[in-house]
Amino acid sequence: METSKPIIQVDELNKSFGENHVLRDFSLSLFEGENLVILGKSGSGKSVLIKCIIRLIEPDSGKIFILDQDISLLDQDEMDLLRADVGFLFQSNALYDSMTVRQNLEFPLRRHWTKEEREEKAESAVKEALEDVGLSHTIDMMPVELSGGMRKRIALARTLILKPKVILYDEPTTGLDPITGREISELMNNIQKKYNTAAIIISHDMNCIRMTGNRVIMLIDGKNYAEGSFEDLLKNTDPKVRDFFEGL
Amino acid sequence: MALLDKINNPFFQEVGKIARFTARFFKEVSKPKQEWEEFINQCYWIGYKSLTLVGITAFIMGLVLTIQSRPTLVEFGAEALLPSMVSVSLVREIAPVITALICAGKIGSGIGAELGSMRVTEQIDAMEVSGTNPYKYLVVTRVLASTVMVPILSSIAIAISLYGGYLGTNLKGDVSWSLYWYQAFNALIYGDFIPSMIKTIFFGFAIGIVGCYKGYNSQKGTEGVGRSATTAVIVASLLVFILDLIAVQIADVLGLT
Repeated sequence: METSKPIIQVDELNKSFGENHVLRDFSLSLFEGENLVILGKSGSGKSVLIKCIIRLIEPDSGKIFILDQDISLLDQDEMDLLRADVGFLFQSNALYDSMTVRQNLEFPLRRHWTKEEREEKAESAVKEALEDVGLSHTIDMMPVELSGGMRKRIALARTLILKPKVILYDEPTTGLDPITGREISELMNNIQKKYNTAAIIISHDMNCIRMTGNRVIMLIDGKNYAEGSFEDLLKNTDPKVRDFFEGL
Repeated sequence: MALLDKINNPFFQEVGKIARFTARFFKEVSKPKQEWEEFINQCYWIGYKSLTLVGITAFIMGLVLTIQSRPTLVEFGAEALLPSMVSVSLVREIAPVITALICAGKIGSGIGAELGSMRVTEQIDAMEVSGTNPYKYLVVTRVLASTVMVPILSSIAIAISLYGGYLGTNLKGDVSWSLYWYQAFNALIYGDFIPSMIKTIFFGFAIGIVGCYKGYNSQKGTEGVGRSATTAVIVASLLVFILDLIAVQIADVLGLT
């Protein structure tokens, strides 16, 4: 996997909030078809990292390349176009609560498809995305009528509708019961297989990490502290790494 | 604006941020491809959905003003001037300002709470990552709709309050329909209507921009949403009075009073 060119390359990223230096020269590479998990304590800067990657937050220094493009050099329109290739699943799902499921899924199309394309293909694209997450029957429902797990799936369907090359998952199983969490993890794997997407998964859910992660990076003290497969890290004897795996 | 940020005073820093937010509105509104569908949707919510509240308030306003003014005019033997006095008061000042205050409460808090809720639940971020400019989609449409609809609501409020005035006049008097309207309009000149209309455009803009600013920059979860809605109403109401004061001074300098 790592012999190919990275889809996302992060070089020596730094980000501080006042005195709180959350990312310190952090680097990573994400390769095609790979699920890369970022593991770290709450408040360790995991979400900040992926928000920097999608440019919701501006880093203090460092470089981020997505599909060979240095995002710091892109203007707003170029960045918006690039965002069609990068899906983002928010921890809170961030479904538009004044819109139906159909309108939620159609929303990203309005920027990236022409009116003619939307009239011709939007309906089938929405149905396909809903079928992918197994919720075709919810198409005319409002987000408030859905359970937590269903909302997560709909948010994932909205992310999938533009067929992104990369998906950034921000704690996809947090707040879900273990069974629903497992279902979401399976769904993430199915999506990876079907569309060959690469993904960065922010999580501290060990079951999710074990099921989905091809590679795990431990974000400790703002740095890439340890890296390897889940099994490699399980065997790691460093006390800071062991803290995460105690009780497993 | 940068100078205001450097002053170590929260009030001036806030003024600087609002000024920058407003400047961004003019920048975004001058770009092509506006969100017209959402603008029409917001006109419906801001305008049509406020009509009942504004209408009832305006009717009561005209009725009460007439009933309360009558004894004083009777005392001076000027009862015949009642329709004229009521119409000038309503058109110049009372109807536009009361309408703006109602809109500051209903629209300002509504926008503040809606955008605040969208901010804390990451819906605004979701729009951004989907490639949609959330400022243009959410802020520009709401500010434009507010700027357009508040003058229309104010005009409707003037008409309804004058009708309330007619009923109030006839509660203890006997003025015919045609005589009442003749006296009401005979007392008015364009100098009464035009400044009144122009200031409601500014009222609408101020209500929209303050509501959007407070909601768009909401922080600290649900507590922050409540605070955004409340401060949007307070600041917008205060701005209505300040703008009214400025409008009266300008109209006075221009000889329109």
